[in-house]
Amino acid sequence: MTTDTTPYSGYNMPAGGPHPPTEPDPEDGAVAGESLGRDAWRRLKQNKAAMVSLVVLIVIAATCLIGPYLLPWGLAEVDWNAFSTAPSLENGHFLGTDANGRDLLTRTLYGGRVSLSVAVVATFVSLVIGVLYGAISGYVGGRLDNVMMRFVDILYSLPFMFLVILLMVVFGRNIFLIYAAIGAVEWLDMARIVRGQTLALKQREFIEAAHALGVRDRKIVTRHLIPNAIGPVIVYVTLTVPKVILLESFLSFLGLGVQEPLTSWGVLISEGTDMMQSAPWLLLVPSVFLALTLFCLNFLGDGLRDALDPKTR
Amino acid sequence: MLTYTLKRLLAAIPTLLIVITISFFLMRVAPGGPFDGERQLPPEIEANLKAAYHLDEPLPMQYLRYMGNLLQGDFGPSFKYKDFSVTELIAQGFPVSLEIGGLAMLLALLLGLPMGIIAAVRRNSAVDYAVMGTALAGIAVPNFVIAPILALVFGVLLAWLPAGGWNGGAWPNLVLPVIALSIQQIAYIARMMRASMIEVLGSHYIRTARAKGLSERQVIWRHAIRPALLPVTSYLGPAIAGIITGSVVIEQIFGIPGIGRYFVQAALNRDYTLVMGTVVFYGALIVLMNLLVDLLYSALDPQIRYDD
Amino acid sequence: MLRQSHTLLGALALSSLSLTTLAVATPAQAETLDIGVMGELASFDTSQVSGGVWESQILMDVYEGLLKENPEGEIMPGMATDWDISEDGKTYTFRLREGATWSDGEPVTAEDFVFGWQHLLDPASASKYAYLLYPIKNAKAVNTGDKPLDALGVTSLDGGKTLQVHLESPTPYFLQLLTHYTAYPVPKHAVEKYGDDWVKMNNIVTNGAFKPVEWISQSRISVEKNPEYYDADEVSLDGVNYFNTEDRNAAISRFRAGELDIIRDYPSSRYQWLEKNLPEATHLSPMLGSYYYVLNARDGRPTADKRVREALNLVIRRKVLSKQIMAGSFKEAYSLVPPGTSHYDVQHMDGVEGDYAKRLAKAKQLLKKAGYGPDHPLNLGLRYNTSDEHKKIAIAIAAMWKPLGVNVEMTNAEATVHYQTLQQGDFDVARAGWIADYNDAQNFLSLLRSGVGNNYGAYSNPAYDKLLDRAASTQDLDKREALLEKAENVALDDYALVPLLYYVTRNLVDPSIRGWQDNAEDDHPSRWVSFAE
Repeated sequence: MTTDTTPYSGYNMPAGGPHPPTEPDPEDGAVAGESLGRDAWRRLKQNKAAMVSLVVLIVIAATCLIGPYLLPWGLAEVDWNAFSTAPSLENGHFLGTDANGRDLLTRTLYGGRVSLSVAVVATFVSLVIGVLYGAISGYVGGRLDNVMMRFVDILYSLPFMFLVILLMVVFGRNIFLIYAAIGAVEWLDMARIVRGQTLALKQREFIEAAHALGVRDRKIVTRHLIPNAIGPVIVYVTLTVPKVILLESFLSFLGLGVQEPLTSWGVLISEGTDMMQSAPWLLLVPSVFLALTLFCLNFLGDGLRDALDPKTR
Repeated sequence: MLTYTLKRLLAAIPTLLIVITISFFLMRVAPGGPFDGERQLPPEIEANLKAAYHLDEPLPMQYLRYMGNLLQGDFGPSFKYKDFSVTELIAQGFPVSLEIGGLAMLLALLLGLPMGIIAAVRRNSAVDYAVMGTALAGIAVPNFVIAPILALVFGVLLAWLPAGGWNGGAWPNLVLPVIALSIQQIAYIARMMRASMIEVLGSHYIRTARAKGLSERQVIWRHAIRPALLPVTSYLGPAIAGIITGSVVIEQIFGIPGIGRYFVQAALNRDYTLVMGTVVFYGALIVLMNLLVDLLYSALDPQIRYDD
Repeated sequence: MLRQSHTLLGALALSSLSLTTLAVATPAQAETLDIGVMGELASFDTSQVSGGVWESQILMDVYEGLLKENPEGEIMPGMATDWDISEDGKTYTFRLREGATWSDGEPVTAEDFVFGWQHLLDPASASKYAYLLYPIKNAKAVNTGDKPLDALGVTSLDGGKTLQVHLESPTPYFLQLLTHYTAYPVPKHAVEKYGDDWVKMNNIVTNGAFKPVEWISQSRISVEKNPEYYDADEVSLDGVNYFNTEDRNAAISRFRAGELDIIRDYPSSRYQWLEKNLPEATHLSPMLGSYYYVLNARDGRPTADKRVREALNLVIRRKVLSKQIMAGSFKEAYSLVPPGTSHYDVQHMDGVEGDYAKRLAKAKQLLKKAGYGPDHPLNLGLRYNTSDEHKKIAIAIAAMWKPLGVNVEMTNAEATVHYQTLQQGDFDVARAGWIADYNDAQNFLSLLRSGVGNNYGAYSNPAYDKLLDRAASTQDLDKREALLEKAENVALDDYALVPLLYYVTRNLVDPSIRGWQDNAEDDHPSRWVSFAE
């Protein structure tokens, strides 16, 4: 159909050089093939690191959900005989206790519920809003792009602390408030990345092709642009999760997030840092959980990126 | 490009005005004020204080007063740090934050970009996993954990570097804060670079370039890196604005007199003038950085156009 | 020739730069003291100070009031060499020191005190601490704008050599009060010359052992020895640097690295580690401060019921709080006024020590009588402001109240919101603390006086107020003491609050430092400090 074009004009196609055929776009339905999802899943399964990571993540999430019911200690339960004790099998505190005599393993699992749920919801919100916003802004371009991006500039500049305080005033003390506040901040970066990608992609040949075919704009954005922009987006998602988890802990520390006795990995880690030299388990346990989760998320993210990459299909 | 740049700079003015206005009223909605503290003020004194700072006037009037002063370049005195004006505080603190943030970002780019490229080129090999694993450490460990550990190990136990303090910007005092600040950025840049390099390396024109017989090195350097930089650049705009306005954690732990802490402390103190000063400053930076990034886009990918 | 030496100098400078900057990592001059303070000074204008404990350290080094403190915290002559007190205790006459000057050589006169105190009480200054000088005649009226500045009961006599102060009523702690920074003089000539800019580093003049020379906001304030100080020969140090080290753990690292000689606080969670690893440097001693929970006595609150208040007090195991939760770095408290307060025996709330099982049973009974039980549980909101310590204590207290069937909902709020909520009275139980402004029981007891702003729980007992009033007009110190102690007992019998802990002073001090003593005010003027050789 159309000839390949290079991303910048400095490169000249040699005359008579080979023109690799453009691949048929499986999305336009004209060619029978596997659905995107099935195909991606099949390819993901082949990536060992990603699969192992997926399993580990599921195990962690399950442990955080179910584990507390299997453990004898409560979230706020104080063991008056065990203040800041090291991990031991004898006193039943397998991973030790904190300065208030509460079981660390139990609190870490409960904390996992908070951290993971905040991570999932806030990241999902930022993903959906950010991707759509960025794609539309980049695709339509021109004045709309200008206005939309200035709006993003404005949101970037607003004092975040006050935004959170305001949300608290309006919504009261609610964990969803945290999700809202964090999601409201994180989608901005995502939108900018997707917009950048879109600006580059919309000049590409397959978009022109789709145009020529008469595919509607909406379909172009959702079926062609976004899947091709997905690579860096997925990776950025895996980078957003730790940001979100730590942002939540920062808010909670200031009294703008979860209240005691609820806790989160970020809060536990920050408490543990203060006791680093006298009670290192307080720092190590939640840190290991967090680090493990993030590592697995990253390998899974890379695997997903590979699986969803339209070019290597 | 020039007209585009000028248009954007002009657009900056209404953008900033909106930011200032929203922030001004947003601040006042928050409960508590600059004079709420552990010691209750007798009502007469509180009344005196409010009058002295014009806080007893109706809000729209306060806003107009503030805007009037702002247009003359007067950001007002800090409510909390009485001997300094907001302009003085930002003027003193920004060069410090800029130096540390700038060096950190520079280090992050110098390390992160090559790491990402190598990992992408040697995808799924041992090198890839090693490089990415190292980068991941920067994300998995929060900076409020890394910073004290660095101070402890290098400042106290090994005593190679100062454990804190600014010391007028002497280079030994810069090392640990810059490293602590850059670790996270290295991870971000490396990972994003890797992902977008992989994308680009799998694209048509790269295949074309290879088919033409160009060496792998030329393929990478002349054709792949530029478009691959695009997502990283998108990320860098706000990231640079953020990092050069300081990190409250790093500044507090290492005792660096930057402006990072103002973004948190001023809000907590309800130091209205200082908050507004930081908002205006940061807003201007964001607008500028995003403009630079957009200009950089078209340098990286000349097909990108802004005027449709 | 000149150019050659310039370049040589330049080359030397460049090469030595790397060496000196490395060397700066360790304390440069042996006679400069490096102190880590826990906050930023609000201003060198004493009327604008915000009241943080760290501010007084810097202010007492650069200024001196009529009286000053020795390392043990005892008062001794300062700008005044001697004084007379009238029979009725209402007139103080101070003779100022001959030859005392400001750092620019101008003499310190009684005018400077008159000017300074008027400035503090001037409504336009809107000073937070103006109320401390209210014992002075007409001070309150001046402060509220009802009377002009010169109506204040202070006069300069003998051409500025004598200062006479008239009080509203005999105030036994007045001399103590004069060491507080609200009573410092202000250089009238500098203010007249520079206006508001008199506090800038190029203009400022002070009368203390040191004078300010540099202020890098949020990082360091540097002061140098004041050669005009009358006792300059006795001052060992060449200067002092105050570093803002709000992160206490980071401060400990810097102390261990040798970058700081003294740090003025450390986290209670590190106390045991410090005791073990830096025993000679770790200081812990009683302080005139009280950590307690306010019980809201307003109508409609569960805590308005005396039985509830008693029950809540009975089941708290204060020794567990101080020894386990706070790891020994606080002392358990059974009263509001802490031990060490001058002319005062520490009191003890009844029944809150001893057999725990018995106390628990009694508390349960009390709650039952008050109408609470399994089907009508007591729900309390507990508020505290953001801090690791407050959080730990709140968690422990909530756990101690649990066996009573009390459901505690904890709310951590940032300081501004916390105190605003307290002011509005919108809480059941709230954390509060009070550090003495001056060493006198009245400073603490006024916290429970009807209608006082800092009486967050709105506790009101006319008998209590009457006893305080009587004490205020009693000159005989023993009789006064008896009245004050009786008043405290009235409040304790009412279970008006939940006393929890007495504050302690926590400092890390390099063992080579001399002239530094633990004292209950936690005041350590650098004027006495020296390094042992």
